[in-house]
Amino acid sequence: MADAGMLRFHVPEPEVRPGGTPDFSNVTIPKAGSAPRPEIDVDPRTIRDMAFSIIRVLNRDGEAVGPWAGLLSDAELLEGLRHMMTLRTFDARMQMAQRQGKTSFYMQHLGEEAVSCAFRKALAKGDMNFPTYRQAGLLIADGYPMVTMMNQIYSNEADPLKGRQLPIMYSSKEHGFFSISGNLATQYIQAVGWAMASAISKDSRIAAAWIGDGSTAESDFHAALVFASTYKAPVVLNVVNNQWAISTFQGIARGGSGTFAARGLGFGIPSLRVDGNDYLAVHAVAKWAIERARRNLGPTLVEYVTYRVGAHSSSDDPSAYRPKAESDAWPLGDPVVRLKNHLIHKGVWSDERHAQAEAEILETVIAAQKEAESHGTLHAGGKPSTRDMFEGVYAEMPPHLRRQRQQAGV
Amino acid sequence: MPRRTMIEAIRDAMDVSMARDERVIVYGEDVGFFGGVFRCTQGLQAKYGKSRCFDAPISESGIVGSAIGMAAYGLKPCVEVQFADYVYPAYDQIVSEAARLRYRSNGDFTCPIVVRMPTGGGIFGGQTHSQSPEALFTHVSGLKTVVPSNPHDAKGLLIAAIEDPDPVIFLEPKRLYNGPFDGHHDRPVTPWSKHELGEVADGHYTIPLGKAAIRRPGSAVTVLAYGTMVYVAQAAAEETGIDAEIIDLRTLLPLDLDTIVASVKKTGRCVVVHEATLTSGFGAELVSLVQENCFYNLEAPVARVAGWDTPYPHAQEWEYFPGPARVGRALVETIEA
Repeated sequence: MADAGMLRFHVPEPEVRPGGTPDFSNVTIPKAGSAPRPEIDVDPRTIRDMAFSIIRVLNRDGEAVGPWAGLLSDAELLEGLRHMMTLRTFDARMQMAQRQGKTSFYMQHLGEEAVSCAFRKALAKGDMNFPTYRQAGLLIADGYPMVTMMNQIYSNEADPLKGRQLPIMYSSKEHGFFSISGNLATQYIQAVGWAMASAISKDSRIAAAWIGDGSTAESDFHAALVFASTYKAPVVLNVVNNQWAISTFQGIARGGSGTFAARGLGFGIPSLRVDGNDYLAVHAVAKWAIERARRNLGPTLVEYVTYRVGAHSSSDDPSAYRPKAESDAWPLGDPVVRLKNHLIHKGVWSDERHAQAEAEILETVIAAQKEAESHGTLHAGGKPSTRDMFEGVYAEMPPHLRRQRQQAGV
Repeated sequence: MPRRTMIEAIRDAMDVSMARDERVIVYGEDVGFFGGVFRCTQGLQAKYGKSRCFDAPISESGIVGSAIGMAAYGLKPCVEVQFADYVYPAYDQIVSEAARLRYRSNGDFTCPIVVRMPTGGGIFGGQTHSQSPEALFTHVSGLKTVVPSNPHDAKGLLIAAIEDPDPVIFLEPKRLYNGPFDGHHDRPVTPWSKHELGEVADGHYTIPLGKAAIRRPGSAVTVLAYGTMVYVAQAAAEETGIDAEIIDLRTLLPLDLDTIVASVKKTGRCVVVHEATLTSGFGAELVSLVQENCFYNLEAPVARVAGWDTPYPHAQEWEYFPGPARVGRALVETIEA
């Protein structure tokens, strides 16, 4: 055998760094409507190629095409557009509030609004999401009050979480939104456990697990796939691939597997990739996966191909690690613009009505913000009590905490 | 009253709990069909079915993480980690998730789970089957940590743990599974059938978490111990003839400080004993609490006897294990100080 020479250590790199010209020519974008829609009880082995393609419904002319189209009425689509616009406006206002010092931290969804807004509409009441920090559309699209979200962001006197948790780490059992940890990937296996519990209890409710591209590298992701596969848990395993994990491009977590969806194949889990900036495609694929779970057909892994247009968080500056104009070059466009164009194409929407809706939404968000700020912001006005700090560690406060509370003078 | 080994008592606790409450689910590695490597879950799958007692993949973070999800749903999982030495992959799930879920969600979600695991040495298990990691759990706010020392307590404490609304770490001293072990490894094993604490009532009873038990009343010195060390301390007291008051803490958190303080105020002397390594061990917390609460009653420095600060060795097990000779020396020194 010939001498192989010295070993080489391999570290993947993104195509382009700051100063370069954005280039997504390596991202293959299949034609809208070209992906088949398999039967709900399809043998996963026969659809392995779907883990390497992208299911798309909206084409460049704003038409909904192919077998995944036609599931939503005009009224539902208009509502979806409004949810995404609301989330975007909410984000803009709260990002600004963070810059004004009204809270410590914020994370926005810019460019990813379709994923959580459309997914929520495919779920039923009682289903449970185990979200990451970038799925607030699940709350917005379920009618959770924006004022309550803002109260949490401001950690004010009306904060339902009593100031104990970082901004945007919401919790609402009533709205099927599990308490966000802030740790990564831990919720993925918890979602599978919740789904196992639902099956054990002969219930009809299903769970949805959420994770980002970067966090799929965590061992909890793999534990979740083993458990979901072994027990055929009624869970939808969502991977939101927004290309960037803070400054780390998705290739560092993906390695040589080709796609994140392909991670599911070794577990025998049907795994689909979907255009995450296409409201209709997200909704249609979510509905398919949710129905599979509800019919005892087990887990489905769905990778949403999208792009994080904004910074990772209010503490991050993407210009240090990726070209400034990269988001403009993203080949799947903007989810709000694409749904807007589709509705205009259908003749049920117009630029004028869109501008008017934008103004109305801004007014609603500002009104909510005013109301929330009347209860205080992080450093001003009403805040949770020091006593609240000691409560809720246990159902019943143990003696050592009682003593410490007394020492604190509360 | 029926006599049971600690294994049988623990199994009986799960059996009673599963019969009373269909939300109680038991799983872990080898736990289902086989009944666990220590046989603590033997027969539960046959009795309650595969959806209530089943085998799990070898993934401790998966076992505990899924249990947290089940608890959030409304079930009450009681899961087994095969050895406490294997719990570390689940540590993030326990510390960052189970322990904080109630707090961070302000009670919107809670986490009534029990994580059972065999702890401690004395079985020639080497460094991966002998550790005593209790201090890693008592340091975490939101957890309760229990270490039973006999079959009667094991059953009552485990039922209480399963019924507790918060996450409980339940450490089972594996050297006590079949009998009270006093550290004299060269002598025949006493079975639980010959010990009064091997008497385990049928049916449902609980022992409240946070209550210690005085195993040997005495006036000369207070010994704070838990698990296997309770019997080692008893042997040391007998062999030195020192009238020690031996307190079995049973629950490390919440801690029964009142019982500890009352005893030390009476004896004026205190020795803390545990099998876990010395530095930053739970004994450090106990010594601190004793001096904070009993300083003006103390006649001597509070002593600690613990495992050496090395990994748990294999061949040198009995040089490592804090046996009756070491505990006895500490008693004598504390009395003579």
